[in-house]
Formats: sequence, C-alpha cells, structure tokens
Amino acid sequence: MSDVVEKTLTALPGLLSLDSQPGSTKLSSSSKLGNLIRGITELTSKHEEEKLIQLELTSIKEQVSSPNTSMRQMKELMVRAIYCEMLGYESSFSYIHAIKLAQQGTALEKRVGYLAVSLFLNESHELLLLLVNTVLKDLQSTNLIEVCMALTVVSQMFPKDMIPAILPLVEEKLNHPKEIIRRKAVLALYKFYLIAPNQVQHIHNKFRKALCDKDPGVMTASLHIYLQLIEENPEGYKDLTTSFVTILKQVVGGKLPMDFNYHSVPAPWLQIQLLRILCLLGKNDQSTSEIMYEVLDESLRRAEINHNITYAILFECVKCIYTIHPKSELLEKAAKCIGNFVLSPKINLKYLGLKALTYVVQQDPKLALQHQMTIIECLDHPDLIIKRETLELLFRITNAQNVTVIVDKMLEFLRVNKDDYTTIDLVGKVAELAEKYAPDNEWFIETMSTVFSVGGDTMQPDIPNSFLKLLSEGFDSMEEDRKLRLFAVDSYVSLLQEEPGKLPQRFLQVISWVLGEYSYLREDLEVDTVLRLLAKLLDMKTTSSETKSWVLMAMTKLCEGGAGVSVAREVSETYSSSLDTVLRQRAQELQHLSQDSEMRARVLPRNAGLDPLEVDSSLSFLDGFVSEALAAGAAPYKPPHQRQEELAQAKALSLEPYGLSLPISMSSCCITDRQSPTLLSISSGLSGNSNDLSYRGGLKLDGVKRVWGREGYLAQREPVEESAHVEVPSPLRSPSQQGGAGGSHSHTPTHTPTPEPELEKQQLASSLFVGLASQSSVCLMGKSEPTPQRFRRKANSPASSSAASEKQSNSMVSAPSTVDNLMFNNLLDSHITSEPAVSSLEQTPQLSQGLVAANGSCDEELPDSDVNGSSPSLIGDDPVVAAELAPHEEPPKDLLLSSCLPAELSGLSHSEITPLCSDQILDLSACHVQKEDALVLVVFIYNSSDSDIQQILLELDSEELEVSCESDSAVQEATGHSVAVCQYSLSVKRPSVHVELVGMVSYQFPVGTPQSVQFSYKLPLSSFIRPMTVSTEEYGTMWLDFSHDTKQNLTLISDDQEPLTATLSVLKKKLQLHVVEIIGMEGIVACRLLQDQPCLMHCRMHAGTMAVWLRSPVPDLPDCLMYFCQRALQEH
Amino acid sequence: MMRFLLLFSRQGKLRLQKWFTPMTEREKKKITRDMTTMVLSRQPRSCNFLHWKDLKIIYKRYASLYFCLAIENQENELIALEVIHRYVELLDKYFGNVCELDIIFNFEKAYFILDEFLMGGEIQETSKQMVNRSIEASDMLQETMEEYMSKPAF
Repeated sequence: MSDVVEKTLTALPGLLSLDSQPGSTKLSSSSKLGNLIRGITELTSKHEEEKLIQLELTSIKEQVSSPNTSMRQMKELMVRAIYCEMLGYESSFSYIHAIKLAQQGTALEKRVGYLAVSLFLNESHELLLLLVNTVLKDLQSTNLIEVCMALTVVSQMFPKDMIPAILPLVEEKLNHPKEIIRRKAVLALYKFYLIAPNQVQHIHNKFRKALCDKDPGVMTASLHIYLQLIEENPEGYKDLTTSFVTILKQVVGGKLPMDFNYHSVPAPWLQIQLLRILCLLGKNDQSTSEIMYEVLDESLRRAEINHNITYAILFECVKCIYTIHPKSELLEKAAKCIGNFVLSPKINLKYLGLKALTYVVQQDPKLALQHQMTIIECLDHPDLIIKRETLELLFRITNAQNVTVIVDKMLEFLRVNKDDYTTIDLVGKVAELAEKYAPDNEWFIETMSTVFSVGGDTMQPDIPNSFLKLLSEGFDSMEEDRKLRLFAVDSYVSLLQEEPGKLPQRFLQVISWVLGEYSYLREDLEVDTVLRLLAKLLDMKTTSSETKSWVLMAMTKLCEGGAGVSVAREVSETYSSSLDTVLRQRAQELQHLSQDSEMRARVLPRNAGLDPLEVDSSLSFLDGFVSEALAAGAAPYKPPHQRQEELAQAKALSLEPYGLSLPISMSSCCITDRQSPTLLSISSGLSGNSNDLSYRGGLKLDGVKRVWGREGYLAQREPVEESAHVEVPSPLRSPSQQGGAGGSHSHTPTHTPTPEPELEKQQLASSLFVGLASQSSVCLMGKSEPTPQRFRRKANSPASSSAASEKQSNSMVSAPSTVDNLMFNNLLDSHITSEPAVSSLEQTPQLSQGLVAANGSCDEELPDSDVNGSSPSLIGDDPVVAAELAPHEEPPKDLLLSSCLPAELSGLSHSEITPLCSDQILDLSACHVQKEDALVLVVFIYNSSDSDIQQILLELDSEELEVSCESDSAVQEATGHSVAVCQYSLSVKRPSVHVELVGMVSYQFPVGTPQSVQFSYKLPLSSFIRPMTVSTEEYGTMWLDFSHDTKQNLTLISDDQEPLTATLSVLKKKLQLHVVEIIGMEGIVACRLLQDQPCLMHCRMHAGTMAVWLRSPVPDLPDCLMYFCQRALQEH
Repeated sequence: MMRFLLLFSRQGKLRLQKWFTPMTEREKKKITRDMTTMVLSRQPRSCNFLHWKDLKIIYKRYASLYFCLAIENQENELIALEVIHRYVELLDKYFGNVCELDIIFNFEKAYFILDEFLMGGEIQETSKQMVNRSIEASDMLQETMEEYMSKPAF
C-alpha cells in the first residue's frame, strides 16, 4: 500500500510540466485555486508570496461582497480563502460569507460553507451565534446529507452555551432509521458530554439504548461515552461488565461483518476500546476481574499476526492484565508478551515494550532484571525518545544503591536534551532522587549544582526552595549539617571564581543565599573575597534584578569589618539610585545595616535557622499610624477586590473586571496552566496500581513537583533501617567504586566470560539493577522503603517545620519582615492604645451576644465573620455592625427580640440582632438565620407607642440579592409595645463581599398621615456559603468546567500536627466548607453559594504558605471567597 | 481522544490542519511551528512517537508528506499510527494513487474524507467502503456535469 502512495512527485516546481502525466486531469488546471497554488510555488521569496496573497485576498474580498456573486462562485471563493488562511494570512472578511454559504447554498455549497466555518471560526467566535439557526434547519432537513453535515459541524466546534438550543434535535436523531445518522448523533452527544456533562445528564438511559443498537457502528460510537462515564464512576457500571465481555468475545471470535475488519483483524478499534473499559472496571475488583480472564486470554491468543494493529491490541491487553486483579497464569503470558515487545527489532515496539516495563515494574521488578541487557542497550540508543523512556524506567527502580549511576545517566541525557518540557520533568526527578538517596554530601551538592545549571530558569521553583530549606533546617547531626553547608560554600565559591556568567539566575540566587548564610563556616575564607565575588555578579549585564536583590541581601548579611564596609558603601551607592524600588530598598538596608553592626546582628542573626520567627501579618503594629491618618482625614483602606469592583462600576464597559478569568478552553497549550488538579500531569506514561490514585481520582502526587515524598519527612532512625544497612555492603560508594562493588553483588546473575564491551555493559547492568532482586525490601517508586536515607530531616513535628519554613523564607527574602518582628512585642499595647474608640463600642454587641448564647439559640457553628463586631479591625472595610449600634440601646431588648424568633428558626444559628432604624413610634431590628438551604432575614418591628398600628408595609430591595417574602403577607400590624416579625428568604444574584439590602417601612396610624422610614442592612457573603458534598471525581470534572478563578497564597495555621489539615479545618468551621479530600501536600475543598452555585478550592502547601486556587462558574465568587478565607485565617 | 491532525510537506508547508479541541489562532500557529520543527528534525528509521507537553505525537511520513497526529496520554500509540494509515488508504482509494498534489489541489475533499472518518476526535467509521460511499453520495448529490468530469477518476 505505502509503495503505491510513495509514487508521488518529488518537488513542486515540476508541476507545470505535469500536463502530460496521467494525474494531470485531476489538477483542474483552469481553476482559480489551481492558478493561485501554481503561482505560489513559482515564487522564490516569502515577500513575494505575501504580495501575491494580499492581491488574491483583495480580489476575493471584492467578489464576495458583490451582490452578483452566485453561491457557486462563492463556494469557489471560500476554498481560495481557506487556502490563504492555511498559509497563515487572515481573511476575516470572508467569515460572515462562509456562514451565509452554509445557510443558503445547496448541499454541495453548504458543505464547503460548513467546512470554511469550522476552519475559520473558533469556539468562542461571536459569529457562531448566526450559525445556530442554520444548524437547526439542517438537523430537521429530510436530506440525509444535510443532517450529516449539521451533526459533523456540531461535534466540531459548538460552544457550550448554544448546546441547549440543538440538544433536543440531536437527541431525537438517536432514533433515526439510518445508522449513519444515529452514529453521528451519538458522537455529537459524546462531544457535548465532554464539554458540558451536566447538559446531557438526562439522556444517560438513551446511551444504553445506543449500546444495544443493532448496528455495530452505533454501538462502537457509544463506547466512547461509556469509557468516559466509567472512568469517572467505575462502580456505577459494574453490571455492564458481562455485556462488554460478551461483545469482546464476539468481536475476537470474528462475528462482526467483514466491513469492520482492518487488515484482516476484526474491528481493532472496538477491541481496544473494550479492553480499556474492562481495565477500568476490573481494577481493584476481584469478582469483576474474574469475569474477564477468559476473554483476555483469548485476545492474547488470537492476536498472532505480525502487524502493528495486533501489537496495539496486545499492548492494551497487557495493560489490562496488569491493572485488574492479578491472575498468575495471565501475568505470565503478559510478561512473555512484554518480552516480545522489548526484544523486537522494530523501534516502535521496543519503545512500547519499555513503556510497558515502566508500568509493570512496580508489581514485578524481576521483569526488569530479565531484560536488563536490553535496557542497557536502549540507554545508549541514538534516538532520544527511547533514551528518555529508559530513564523513566530507571527512575522507577532507583534505590540507595544504584542512585549514583542512574542520576549520572539522567544528567548525561539532560545535557543533550533540548526540549524544555522534558528538561523540567527530568530535572525534578533528579532532584527528587538526589534528596531521597544521596550517598554523601559531595555527591549531593554536586548533583544539585548540575541540576541548577542544567535546569536553568525553567525548572520548578520548588526545587531550589526545598534545597535551601533542606540546608537551613539541617538533619540529625550538627556536625553533618556543618559539613554539608561547608561543602556547599566551598563549591559555590569555586564556581563563582570560574565563569559565573554562564550560570542561570536561579542558581545564582541559591549561591548568594548560601554564601550569605554560611560562608562564615569557612574560617580561612576572607569576607571581602566573598563580597567581591558577589559584587562581580552585580556588575554582570546578564544578572536579573531579582538576582541582584538576592545578592544585595547576601551582602547585607556579610558586610563586616573595614573591607566589607567599603565594598558595601560602594555597592549601596550605585544601587540606592536604582529605578527598581526593590533594589533601592535592599541597597538602603545594606547601607544602614553595614554601618550599624549591632542592629545587623539583631536583624540578621547568624545561623538563626532554628528559632522560628513570628510574623505579624495583620500589620497591627501600624494601627496607631492608621488611626492617626484616618483622624487626619485619609480615606479608609479598601481591599483590592473592592477597589476593582468600584473601578469596574465606574467604567461601564469593562465586562470582565478580573484579569485572571480566562476563557474556557480544553486546549493542549494551556494544559500546564489550567489543568485540573485531579489529573495526573507529568507522570510518566503509564501508571500502575499503586499510583493510580494520582492517575484518576486523586491529586497530582507524581511528577516533578513532589520533591519530598511523605517518607522524606520520616523522622527517627528506625531499627529496621539498621538491618537494611547490614544487607548493603557500603552505601557510601563513589561512582568509581560502584561498578566493582555492584559486580560483586550476589544478586547479579553470573555470566560466562564475554568480550570487553559486553563486559562493560554487564558491569553497568549490575550497578543499575543492584538491589532489585527478590528481597522483601525491594523498593520501587520510592514507596514504603526501609532503606537508609541520608538526608533525613530532624524529628521536627510538622507544625514546627512549617513554622520554620515560614521563618526561613522570611529570613531569606525580606529584611523588613524581620524588622516587623522586632516590633511584634508591642503588638498588644498598640491594640489598646490605638483603639479606644472601638473597644468601647464593642462592649454592646459582646453583651448582646452573650445574652443570645444564654438564650440557648446561639450555636457553635455561627460563622465567625458574622460576629466580627468583636474583631479589632480598623483597617478593614468591614462595616462593623457594632459601630452602628446606638449607644442607648438596652441589652434587654435583644433578649426580647430573640425570643420573638419564629419557632422553626429558633434552633438555628443566627447573627446578632441589629437595629435598622427607628422613629418615635417604630423600632426596626433584623438578624439573619442560617438554614441549611436558605438564608432567612428576620425583621422585627417593635411598636414602642401605646396605640396599635395597622398596615405596616415593608419593602425590601437589593442589587445583589433576590428577596422573597416568606410570611403570608408583607402587611403587618403591631399592637402597642409588641413585636411583629417578617421573614424573607434571601439568595445571591451577584456575589460581592458584602451584600446590602435597602428597605422602606411605611405605616399608618388609624388616624393620621402615612409615615415611612428607610433603612439598610448589610451582611457578609459568607452567610450564604454552605458545604457542598462531592466526590473527588465529580470535583475533577467540575473543575474544568468553571471559568472564573483566582489564586492567592494564604498563611498556614501551624498550631496543629498537620498544618494543611489544621488550616482546612479552620476554614471548614468558620466558612462552612466541605473538605473533599486531603492527599499529602494538597487538599480540595468544595462549597456552594445558596442556592447551588458551586465554588471549588484547591490548596497546595508550598514553601510554608498555602497556595489557594478558587474556581467557580459565578463571576466574582472566587474573589469574595478568597477574601473570607484570608480573614478567617487572620482571625484565627 | 485525538487533539489535532496536521499534514505538512518536507519543506514544512502546512497542507491540512484539523483541530479537535478549541484553540486560539496563536496556539495553532505555535503548535504547527513546533510540530514541523520537531518532526522534520527526526532521523529516518527512528521511533514514530514523540512527546510534546503532555501529549503524545504520532507521526509518519508518506513520500513527501508528513502526517502528524496528537493524542492524549492514555491513548494507544500503535492504533494512532493505524489511524494515520487508514486515512492515507482512504485518500488513496478516493483519489486513486494519491500524491501530495492531490491533497494540495483538492484539499477540501481531503477535509471531507477526514470528516467522514473522524468525528470529534474519535474514530467514526473504520470501514473503507462506508467512508467512500458517504463521500460519493454527497459528491454526486448536486454536482454539475462539469464538476463531475473534473473529479478524479477511480
């Protein structure tokens, strides 16, 4: 076949002479497109091409807009426009005409119209709106081809929000008599399911009908949907296992029509689809797995023809066999099959063999041993892709004994690799291995130096961060710590003496920090040598300003003695006039601290790594300053989101106030950025059982970011480790010794004498596969291993370690925060002195709160933000309710009012009762009550006069809220000295941090004129937040669907065992969030805004803070929730 | 699921592009550039599979034309290679001894065939006969005599 195809022509210029050749008739030489194409091929320069195309586009433009152009001509014009676009020239003028052509043309013209539309327009293009009608019309057409075209375009590019318009019609097509229509309809629904799963939820039973369709093509199409559904919820479809097995049996047995054969293999696509489904169903489920053993065995047996397609099926079979509940007989066959892949001379199969090995090595490490020579060969393969895959495999079998060899190989690869994505991934892996298994200090520092120089500025920022953290926190022995640091200082000094210009910025930052902190350890090293080396960095043109501020920081730590001060003066003079404010600040610090050594010792204490610094993140020491400024007439502070909002209101045109919200797209380009945390990101290829958690439901645990695994924090030296020591002759081997030592290792198979190069390979093999053999302590993927680990952290409780990390990052980056700390002691005083006014006002609400509690109706779950009258926030914009409280208000009235709460609400938590307004007759107060599914506003109308009042009319209105009256009628009456109660249920229309209600009460005495009073009531958005219970899988799908998001780092709460858990439980308690799952360093949380507007939260611990990412379909909701989270944590 | 299919010549000229997930023009251009440089720099007889970000790239050269298909991570590489091959077979069946020029001059036809073969990033019809039947059906539908004559014979 391919020979037939390869008969083609070699070069385009020969085209003109083609007329005599047999293919010439089909070139439609007279067509305008033909002329254009030929014209282009004759050109020599890009510039000429540009000119020609512009000319062409002008002529197309002229013709399309002419009213005399027929649809047939239009079709031809569109083809030309498509061609120009393909060459990269925009022809946006033709878009509208493409839609017109799809609308008005006859079937053939329509087809071109639809094609042009699908090539020109993006999913988010506004012109697509115009297409909906055309599609609707064509879906209803009696012409099959028109229906097909409509279904095709629908599955190609239909935007989410237009799906409802056509969904019923597409659904209807599931019952169409023609199978091709049914098949296309199923695929279109599959596409809808991918972009908007909620919209097709109601037709799940129809999918089942499609699965049972008498046409195998329709059935095959429905499997796409089932694969997706089962991936999300395998439990829900276990009952279908037998059906899938039966279908597969029939397919394998050749029961399908010949039409479905591909190179005499029966329906391979269908087979693979089914195998993938079975794989999902049988995972961790013995009884389901048992149903499929037989058919899997048969599939293995039947796939015997030596063709790619059978290998594809075999590969899928093997994957399935290793994923489901194991059966030894099948495993054996599968292992043999993998052997065939690995040993195949075909490079593609070899590649897949390596992949399969990577996949199974977790369950069956001996398999890797069997193929060790092949693996060694692949390690030196000229094709980088093969090499890369081999390293991936080696990464999974690394242990303390082979780490040096494997890391060596990885670094070797990194030096030649040019693909950034691979580099980032691999650098992370090297760093992970180095930290986990480093045999000695020198090796560790050297390896990390290579990682930093190769990884450059593209690598994940966690790598340098955790490296520095590791250095500063130290390990069990002080002496070891000292040695490690000393070695780092030594090697960095010599690096700086060579060619610092070649080092990446990140590495320079690491170097300057280490030198700043630890160069005092090397006593014979003159301070001004280091200072001069650092100063040289400042002078280099390539040094970024971020690096410069790290360097200045290091110099600030170092400058002492006469020489130091003079260097410092010089440098600070240069940079104190820098345009970069950060640099200028650093220069100022350097200048001042270099002159005052006592202050410097206090601010930057040497070797202060151990005592955690306290940081007053609420900046309360500035309260005095703020209150003075306010008193002097300064505008009160508004948090950024509120400013944004006001700005947005001011500019009516800004539809999207927050730059962060990106348009939804599932495109591959932004994958790294927008990927759901429930998808595995950089994990290597296949993932097995033990890491399946991360593969599907779980969080992203694998891959570069996880530099420290859970075992990294293993604290004490355990007796088990000692015993492991015994088994390993010497864990501290240098690479040169490794070969020999490995060779003598008892596990390596003995070989008969072989020629030289072979011998080399065998030595390499034995050093690579050492420790892999059948001991019980085999450790793969670094999971649960009792092997000795060099860099064990001290027995820090996690809480103190996170506190320390916070401290550390502060001492690393900012001197000012250290200074803050000096003032921390004054915190208490400043509170008292700066807020006399507030505190006096505070007493009232506190009192009333106490009374409410005494009344028994105040529940512990009362969200904190509601009672924030007691929080001393002067800076915040929070409308402290207490401030509105009139001083003459008597506490007993609160008691009276809360006793008036309707019976059905009295058991629920409610906010304090706030007076709204009063005149001489009426006194209005209100509170809000949190019901599980609603927020109820209760308004108390107290008639303080002696006479009765009839016809009290209460009207409420709000921009942000939906208000509906719950009482029977809004008109009330109140007898003298009694209370009337109105209830309203509230829901949010438009989220904002505080939502406000305005209202008016009007009433009339039996005799007299009507009166009316206005009032307003403000309540925080957090009262509308309720927990939302979802599973991790559901969370994952929802995550991708939501377009509005915001990210921020929040402080962790560290007074508990596990900082993340502690922080999340505080948030859960205060804001009523639902914690979905916490896995390692990450947690996912869900909540909803009444009624059911979901908002999802993803938190990740990172360098002592919690990186929070909020997402929701509702604009502004993430920002508001972020605000409340921040407050909740601050108040804690 | 497949993400995109690109056809380009040995000189790096794009001949056909199909995107199965929405993408902006800029992303498309960047990907096209990345793919051509990546694939064209491959040595002959090396592995047909590549990695690009988190996607697998499967490419195959047929004479002067490169077919480059991106699939998601959990998909099977070998079957993707056969998807490409089946598409070539379909083109060959339609044009009769297909060559790059057929695709250049009749690229819209190549798109139509692709649309019958793949839909929404999944295989829709694996039978050669069926795909051709539906293409012919729509071709014949309203074609004038003149167009019919200029259509390749097979």
